[in-house]
Amino acid sequence: MRKVAIVGTGHTPFTFETEKTSIELFSEAAMDAINEANLGSKDIQALYLGNCLGDFTEGQAMLQSYAANDIGAFHIPATRFEGACASSSLAVRDAFIWVASGYYDVVLAGGVERAASMGTALATRTFSMFTDSHYEYPAGLTFPAMFAMLTHLYAKRYGIPLEKLKEQMAQVSVQSHYYGVFNPKAQFQKEITVDKVLSGFMVTTPLQLLDCCPFSDGASAVVLVSEERAKEITDKPVYITGIGQASSGKLSSQKDHLPRLKAREESAKQAYDMAGIGPADIDVCELHDCFSIASLIAAEGLGFFEFGMSGEAWEKGETKIGGKIPINVSGGLKSKGHPIGATGASQVTEIYHQLRGECGERQVEGVKIGLTDTLGGDGIICTLIMQKGW
Amino acid sequence: MAKKEVDDRFKKFGTVSFTAITKTNDFISYLEKGKVMGTKCKECGAIYFPPRSDCSKCLQSNMEWFEVSGTGRLLSFSELKYGPVGFEDDLPYTIALLDYGDYKVFGRISKDTPYEDLNVGMELKTEFATLPNGQLSYVFKRP
Repeated sequence: MRKVAIVGTGHTPFTFETEKTSIELFSEAAMDAINEANLGSKDIQALYLGNCLGDFTEGQAMLQSYAANDIGAFHIPATRFEGACASSSLAVRDAFIWVASGYYDVVLAGGVERAASMGTALATRTFSMFTDSHYEYPAGLTFPAMFAMLTHLYAKRYGIPLEKLKEQMAQVSVQSHYYGVFNPKAQFQKEITVDKVLSGFMVTTPLQLLDCCPFSDGASAVVLVSEERAKEITDKPVYITGIGQASSGKLSSQKDHLPRLKAREESAKQAYDMAGIGPADIDVCELHDCFSIASLIAAEGLGFFEFGMSGEAWEKGETKIGGKIPINVSGGLKSKGHPIGATGASQVTEIYHQLRGECGERQVEGVKIGLTDTLGGDGIICTLIMQKGW
Repeated sequence: MAKKEVDDRFKKFGTVSFTAITKTNDFISYLEKGKVMGTKCKECGAIYFPPRSDCSKCLQSNMEWFEVSGTGRLLSFSELKYGPVGFEDDLPYTIALLDYGDYKVFGRISKDTPYEDLNVGMELKTEFATLPNGQLSYVFKRP
């Protein structure tokens, strides 16, 4: 297998409803990525595009083909990756594999979504497609409700009073908003307080409004190239050194592991083993905080904290810059926004800039290794590890 | 040639927008008789709820039906204050997961079981129910 580097990234602002098509949104990110890599459209040999709900958002399937055309990469193979909220992480992972294999030298991977444009009711309906549609959805299961159930279970499993856990979860949202202020691409750039989280609208017990990430529009893209091409392009390549992906059955079938997500632990192990490192070696992490409780569960599944102890870590500031493991200093899904098809590539973009020391006021000092964790629905996980190549 | 009739019994259960057509359509006929049923593999004994027609343990397709009976342990729950399109009239409603040991049942808490009474670990039973709009379903309630 050849070494594979990221040499360019693009990232639109993540926002509320846009007046752009998905293709227009993705083009913005893609053009930035190609330009940053000092490449041209003709250099792109394949497009791997994460998109989940384009069919429902604007009646447009097959976005990938038109998107390739609209960035001037005519007639290249263009493939859509659908893995719910992890769609573009899967796209990046597969792009890595195809470049590593030697089949391609230059692949553009990324994602786009216009979830905010759907409106909350339709977005909630379509997001429910990431649960079992035949038996679990008809009872009225929604995505927030799934994580609400995991919250009750987490409190019980680890013997944490619900009020205490709620305060710890609030701290997760507060931290994400704190860092979102420093990210000009973030949907929310304002701080919030624990009191504000705990007095918010109850969405689904015990999750309140500010425990939940927003619906967002946005796109992101990254250029992956072989080591040989990377050396021609930049003296600061970021190498992908570990990849993992795993899946699970419907929520009710995961009962033996909940509130832990077995797929995450499998995926993370693949990535750590491939990179030859462990959780203690990670300097900065972007993980899937679709809900505040999801952050606690993810940080434990990735091996950063003991099970049941993440909440305390957030309270003590161990997840802030200067702490044991800085998590979601981009603002995370909560504050930066969560255009689901674009989220994975957005996380990769953040790690890329962190490793290159380009993150301004939210820069973590001295980072050499970063990790992304993306969760799709209740059954897809992708883990990517990136390292400084200079 | 006459158009083949579609076996769309799941229209009576899947409530909104999309309807399943599955090899386990008999699930609906049992529901109509007031029975909530899962499947059991005749080859290796594996038990499935929701019902499946193919066994993921032994990769055979020789199933029989069994009735969900007795009580299960409440594994978790949540009361929804906001619902997706089509569920507006049901709000608020409480969803839950019951653990029967060999299998789990996902569904809704009966409206006559107060939310305040719910605790993770408590025993509940699964019972056939007809929703206000006539859809067939099942709910969880105290035994």
